[in-house]
Amino acid sequence: MSFIKKPKINNIPGQLQNEIGLLKRDYEGVLSTLCAGCGHDSITAAIVQAFWELSIPPEKVIKLSGIGCSSKTPAYFLSGAHGFNSVHGRMPSVAIGAHSGNRDLVCIGVSGDGDSLSIGFGQFGHAVRRNLNMLYIIENNGVYGLTKGQFSAAADKGSKSKKGDVNQWKNIDAVSTAISMGSSFVARSFSGDREQLITLIKAGIMHPGCAILDVVSPCVTFNNHAGSTKSYTYTRDHYHPASQTDFITPASEIKVSYAEGTSTVVELHDGSKLLLKKASSGYDATDRSRVMRYLEQQRAQGEVVTGLLYINAELPDMHRIYRTSETPMKDLEYEKLNPGSEALAKLQARMR
Amino acid sequence: MSESRVNDFVLKIGTVNGTGSASANGLLLKAMFRMGIPVTGKNLFPSNIQGLPTWYGIRVNHKGYMARSKRVDIMVALNAQTYQKDMDNVSPGGFLIYDSTWPRERQLSRTDITILGAPLAKLCNENFSDARVRILMKNIAYVGVLAALLNLDTTILRALIEETFASKPKLVESNLKAINLGFNYAKDNFTCPLPVHAETMGDNSKHIMIDGNSAAGLGCVYAGATVGAWYPITPSTGLMDAFKAYCKMFRVDKETGTKNYVIIQAEDELAAAGTVLGANWVGARAFTPTSGPGISLMSEFIGFAYYTEIPAVFFNVQRVGPSTGMPTRTQQCDIMLCAYASHGDTQHPMLLPADPYECFEMAVSAFDLAERLQTPVFVLSDLDIGMNDWMIPELKWDDTYQPDRGKVLNSDDVDKLEKFYRYLDVDGDGIAARTLPGENAKGAYFVRGSGHNKHGMYTESSNEYKDLVDRLLVKWETARTLVPKPILIKARKETPIGIIAFGSSHGAVIEALDDLREKGIEADYMRVRAFPFNGEVTRFVEQHETIFVVEQNRDAQLRSLLILETNTDARKLVPVLHYSGMPIPTSCVVDGICEHLCAKDVA
Repeated sequence: MSFIKKPKINNIPGQLQNEIGLLKRDYEGVLSTLCAGCGHDSITAAIVQAFWELSIPPEKVIKLSGIGCSSKTPAYFLSGAHGFNSVHGRMPSVAIGAHSGNRDLVCIGVSGDGDSLSIGFGQFGHAVRRNLNMLYIIENNGVYGLTKGQFSAAADKGSKSKKGDVNQWKNIDAVSTAISMGSSFVARSFSGDREQLITLIKAGIMHPGCAILDVVSPCVTFNNHAGSTKSYTYTRDHYHPASQTDFITPASEIKVSYAEGTSTVVELHDGSKLLLKKASSGYDATDRSRVMRYLEQQRAQGEVVTGLLYINAELPDMHRIYRTSETPMKDLEYEKLNPGSEALAKLQARMR
Repeated sequence: MSESRVNDFVLKIGTVNGTGSASANGLLLKAMFRMGIPVTGKNLFPSNIQGLPTWYGIRVNHKGYMARSKRVDIMVALNAQTYQKDMDNVSPGGFLIYDSTWPRERQLSRTDITILGAPLAKLCNENFSDARVRILMKNIAYVGVLAALLNLDTTILRALIEETFASKPKLVESNLKAINLGFNYAKDNFTCPLPVHAETMGDNSKHIMIDGNSAAGLGCVYAGATVGAWYPITPSTGLMDAFKAYCKMFRVDKETGTKNYVIIQAEDELAAAGTVLGANWVGARAFTPTSGPGISLMSEFIGFAYYTEIPAVFFNVQRVGPSTGMPTRTQQCDIMLCAYASHGDTQHPMLLPADPYECFEMAVSAFDLAERLQTPVFVLSDLDIGMNDWMIPELKWDDTYQPDRGKVLNSDDVDKLEKFYRYLDVDGDGIAARTLPGENAKGAYFVRGSGHNKHGMYTESSNEYKDLVDRLLVKWETARTLVPKPILIKARKETPIGIIAFGSSHGAVIEALDDLREKGIEADYMRVRAFPFNGEVTRFVEQHETIFVVEQNRDAQLRSLLILETNTDARKLVPVLHYSGMPIPTSCVVDGICEHLCAKDVA
């Protein structure tokens, strides 16, 4: 049985309500059937926390995915949101359609490294290119888990599989790929860093464009051994935050104070702010060419650079570029869509 | 030598593509249309942008026959590359018109046709200075020559040019000048009109000239479609071009300039299909136009939509396959592909328009059916219908029409339920109610292409799986009652002979019925307009001894479908096939039927 209902316990003393009176359990889904200790479950928990903290009504959210372990996870959060477990690598196109039909929906897509960097590489690129307003999470474990441990395109060259094979191919890095394609928001995190993850998920949800969040998420069954560069041990040892991010909603004032010259404030369209603290000296997440250079340097040293790595909140999203009606397509009255018989007669006068 | 053929002839014009001959040919077509004569125009063009031979054939027929005719009464041969071939194609007693600016004595070798030379290039070079204008005006000049030879109404021609270039008066002047150059040359040098010519006849004011892609694109606008996703592919591209043009006309908010439509030019056909599914899932009417190769690419999502029950409309403007095939030639070769597209047990409703009139109508029905049945619906047009110029009765619109959005529960409906189950068939018609994202958390459900049960939950249980796919069969029976019915044309007397055809083969069959009658053969004709076949199709097959199945593909795909779906004796169904890539001519139907009947007589 792969579907297990999660018991919901009411009235736990001390359970907090968010601004719209919902408890955290209102943001949960069914029980995960992933392996115990799977990094993906930590990401699911962070998603639950982030949506709860942002007080987004679950029914305003759509959650989409492709195929693979990562793509199972939308069932494990926000049971009050419509979900769409699509076909392998094609989640972005469904998201584009859904957002074309109803631009008011908050869209979260969960994909994996196999799903986005191999079969779905094209669709990943085009979601970025259109700057589709969504949070696009890649749960990255460098391995095909459901088919028992083949390398994915994200596996680092020289990384060892559980069976002992050594990966001979260069990896595709979702982060630098997204930045080079002109993405408006690119971040990386680690499933083991709950605090950073929650902040980045919140920032990604609120970002008015396509927010790419690559999360290193070790596969406990097929890719957590010595020699793997996507294991808990390796990631912890090479973990390197380039920036620390604070997410501040419009209602709250900025209290955190950073030393002058080490922080940047990025304001989002709804008035919320992202406060970026530069962990490494001179790191500026708004300077694309410097970011690319920095990431390349760190990559050569085997460092896993995390944080909000690049942002351009000014880049218009798909609907702004397209000048789509503010009213979602699905809510437009038929009377507004149908030109009527008179218009048809007039139009046909030109066809004679 | 030449017999007189008034309002009953075929005019063919051979030019080089990319030289602007399309507008000249359009002028000729429209001029005769406005003279009240039934006309059709068919393009024969290469898969190329500039420099290769292209032909435009106009059939003028007072009886209203629309099918391609193999005869050529008048050939305008302006392409040196194909001159010899063009001359060979002229029917005995016919006429060949060529540009006599350059001598072609050696090649003028037929004695059974009349050859007329007009120095088009010379006339234009003498009268126009700009090089590009000279090329364009050469085309307009042959319109002038033909106007004199065919007895076209020059007042109509002038009006057409004035309307076409209403915003550019300078062009009116130059075009009229070019027409006159050709017209006067012909009047001065040839006996005008030819025995083969046009004469003003009836009244075409209740008809229009349109191609099927434009009509289908317009149908999508009237259906209330708001999202179109596509990847460019010949010959379907015109459909999205039309949708876009009509949306710009009717769907842009006058105050804000914002759009009440979204068109996504996707990265490939897979993404186009995904986008259509995503949009329909959230409750917007969405469609994609494509052709055979696109359907192959979309097949994974088509099966997904069938199994997860998402409405979607797929237009397949068929072209010659397999593979890239001949992208600018026509066939009816994807009927099998679309009927059962995707892996696993899948089957899909198909609508089969025969002309642009039905493209418009069926575009609207396709959305109603897709949402009523919550399943992908195909509209199978083809290059002949989609890209050629058809004369059809004017399109009608019923202002009381309301789209059938199918079983959609709104937030209040959901609140009244104890619990919402996505795939529970309450009404017994095989269709379960759906909810739309964004409305009510209680109505939330999870779309998944993996095994799911009637409650919408993941399952690997054999019984739950079977329960769901068996219900889809109940839905299929509902579909059978909802799709457009076939149209029956009875013979004048009882006959054991039947003909079944669909789509663009219709014109050839209609004309063939008259030709066959002249030969003493009476046949009942049923035009199938949809799949699944309803009872009338089955009865027609049962009631006739011999049924000729006329279609434009090699493998007799409609015949196969009929055998599979009606349990008939396969020997009763005789294939009449045409798959050269050219639209089926009437003679193919007549010959196919006669040959079979004669062979039977001999035996």
